[in-house]
Amino acid sequence: MRFLRTATALAATLGLAATATACGSSGTAADNATAKPLDGQTVSVAAAWTGVEQKNFQKVLDAFSAKTGAKTVYISTGDNVSTLVGSKIEGGDPPDVVMMPQLGVLQQFARKGWLAPLAPAVADHLHQDFAKIWADYGTVDGTLYGLYFKAAHKSTVWYSPSALETAGVKPPATFDELLTAGRTVSDSGLPAFSVAGEAGWPLTDWFENIYLSQAGPENYDKLAKHQIPWTDPTVVAALTTLGKLFGDPQLVAGGGKGALQTDFPESVQAVFGDKPAAAMVYEGDFVGAVVSGELKKKVGEDARFFPFPAVGGGKPPVVGGGDAAVVLKDAKHKDAAQRLLEYLATPEAAEVWAGAGGFLSPNKALKPAAYPDETTRQTAQSLIAAADGFRFDLSDQAPAAFGGTQGSGEWKLLQDFLANPADVNGTAQRLEAAAAAAYKG
Amino acid sequence: MRTPTRPRSSGAALRRRGLALVFLLPALALLGALVLYPIGWSVVRSLFDASGSGFVGLGNYRAAFADDATLTALRNSAIWVAVAPALVTGLGLVFAVLTEKVRWGTAFKLLVFMPMAISFLAAGITFRLVYEQDPQRGVLNAAAVAVHDTFDPDPSYPGARPRPGGPATAPDGSVRTAATGPGTAVTVPLVGIKPATLPAAARPAAAPAASAADGGVHGTVYLDVTPGGGTPGAIDPGERGLPGITVRLLDDGRAVATTTTAADGSFRFPGRTSGTVDLPAANFAAPYRGIAWLGPGLVTPAVIGAYVWIWAGFAMVVIAGGLANLPRETLEAARMDGAGEWQIFRRITVPQLAPVLGVVLVTMVINVMKIFDLVFVIAPGPVQQDAGVLALRLWLVSFGGGNDQGLGSALGVLLLLLVVPAMVLNIRRFRRSTR
Repeated sequence: MRFLRTATALAATLGLAATATACGSSGTAADNATAKPLDGQTVSVAAAWTGVEQKNFQKVLDAFSAKTGAKTVYISTGDNVSTLVGSKIEGGDPPDVVMMPQLGVLQQFARKGWLAPLAPAVADHLHQDFAKIWADYGTVDGTLYGLYFKAAHKSTVWYSPSALETAGVKPPATFDELLTAGRTVSDSGLPAFSVAGEAGWPLTDWFENIYLSQAGPENYDKLAKHQIPWTDPTVVAALTTLGKLFGDPQLVAGGGKGALQTDFPESVQAVFGDKPAAAMVYEGDFVGAVVSGELKKKVGEDARFFPFPAVGGGKPPVVGGGDAAVVLKDAKHKDAAQRLLEYLATPEAAEVWAGAGGFLSPNKALKPAAYPDETTRQTAQSLIAAADGFRFDLSDQAPAAFGGTQGSGEWKLLQDFLANPADVNGTAQRLEAAAAAAYKG
Repeated sequence: MRTPTRPRSSGAALRRRGLALVFLLPALALLGALVLYPIGWSVVRSLFDASGSGFVGLGNYRAAFADDATLTALRNSAIWVAVAPALVTGLGLVFAVLTEKVRWGTAFKLLVFMPMAISFLAAGITFRLVYEQDPQRGVLNAAAVAVHDTFDPDPSYPGARPRPGGPATAPDGSVRTAATGPGTAVTVPLVGIKPATLPAAARPAAAPAASAADGGVHGTVYLDVTPGGGTPGAIDPGERGLPGITVRLLDDGRAVATTTTAADGSFRFPGRTSGTVDLPAANFAAPYRGIAWLGPGLVTPAVIGAYVWIWAGFAMVVIAGGLANLPRETLEAARMDGAGEWQIFRRITVPQLAPVLGVVLVTMVINVMKIFDLVFVIAPGPVQQDAGVLALRLWLVSFGGGNDQGLGSALGVLLLLLVVPAMVLNIRRFRRSTR
């Protein structure tokens, strides 16, 4: 069977080569002079991006084609990358390159033996131009598989400049200052924070930022792997800190009850909509997209952000995520695929999408000038400055039953905590019970 | 002998039975593949763990009964079965009887039946909006707030609170100063209101004179907020008084005088030389925001309401059909004997309709057991567990993140066991009626 497939692939390649030669010979001398290394090869790339993101990624692929001569085929997987790509692999028709949106999927694919290690040239780029943490997140069981091309920054507190101005408050640098600033804002008649409690996941992001800053990256990694329990003193301390904010009716618009009836778009609208109901909203860089896209307000003027402040003497946290490019083991055009990854590792490729907006690159070598506006530039710089202090979203690293399910696990328990922030120990115990069940399964 | 041409022999009978079996085979095979096999496999699967490889015996059933969420789902399913079918049948009966008597009965029937044409998903999304807490969006709360505000108007300064350091908030929510001596001036700095939302009549506040001419208690209530900062606790230039606040003078806890603040926030109690100045809580209470339909307490009744809205039309049509077939003579006879309409309805119509009502009720019970979509769509994330029913729980633990198809199968088997009695009842009734 394997032989047969190899033979078919060989025949196909020969056929392609023949056509390439045919094309070459029929072309003029000028064509031959600019012959590109991958002329006639085709790389298929699967990713979850649709709409604007797909269009922008296509620009990157087009730039790759222009440079190398390889043709590219984009396959949109929709939200469920692992199911779609998994079935394509098992059906014997794998794409060459896949953009992995979640760390869990990358690990799952690597452990199933579906991925090819990064070529040395790609790895060289990675070690040279990226913080070590990105190589770590691309490594599974000691082998480097993933190249992070696009990053997300989830440690940004967005605020309405006019609201903070009215209250006479400057963006705070520590969590205690944040609480004080929040109370001053609330005195001026506008609740400080709009919290998207109905959605659940923003609550996990709140917790993760506090935990990363207060307990430090080492504990964060341990908690992500469930090597320390959720009843650990560091977790209790982080919940206590979070409770200081959630438990203060002046700081949370509508109090805990109101927050539990606010979903994510509403929480952004509460700050930047036409009838402001709060001054600040915490969530990732994508808040900017909601502000400019749905609310038609100007990011940088009507909406600005400050980095999530440091908690209790720790460093300011930078939590986020990323999309990693991987080459599949059964890819039909492995060399071209590795060349594509090599290209994606360059600042040149990042620059293409960065200029179009809605993109952050973990690549240190990308010049800040590549970003289209000041706000994005700031987020990008904060991401690069965090270097190895950057951490992936903790709930994304946990099993879905615990960290990613509406109405159960961490989401539900933090919602209960938002309703009753005094119950720190009970919440920690229930979190541990839910985590123990989910990590076991 | 109706079939004289066919000789009766055992061989022929056997052949006939064989032929019947051949004809039945496709149906049987389908039934076996699509119904019996899945049921059997579910029972088997329910004895294994999440991965499907480890045998756990009745462990999944034990886990189901130890899990709070599943117990809540069981309780809610019981509430559903007890309430929803009875409500649907009752309403259907009322509609059916009433539409017989009104002129536009058919149009009315059409209207009540219309929700049946809407998918559960769409109906769920509609009701999610109807029940929304924000009166700007939820029509039910818009009505509730409108009614409430007609009788009890909004407080003048919702959310206002004293600046820490000044007069404090008493346990009953009112803002109270310490007891004042003769002629003392009281300043009450309040915060938590947007300067832009003050009434147009508000004038800049002035510091009250140290003592009034007549020695009475007097003072100023003002908004201690200056855009861009200001000195907390002091009347900065430009800070305005709060007009229209009710102020009481308490003596030993009893109100001895009441007044309201003027445009610059000042108030005075002429002739009263001592007491405690008290701003009642009604000045600051949060505005009425309606009822938390989708809160943990009301969410199940709310979803049942949506269900009744959809199915009442179906019940009405079936019952109206039964009603049309009723013999009229008994009704006429009762009328002749002088029975009232209510008596006729209770003693004649309902007993005669009993078989139809039974069918509707049992059909609804079976239908309610598998209710899933309405609960899934209407209940917001934070209360999904409080609203959970068995079918929803089944899906959640097997596919919706739980990924434990062993436990899911156990719940499926449980659900089957609960539905079977209702099924048996319905089949029996069906047999009786066809006989």
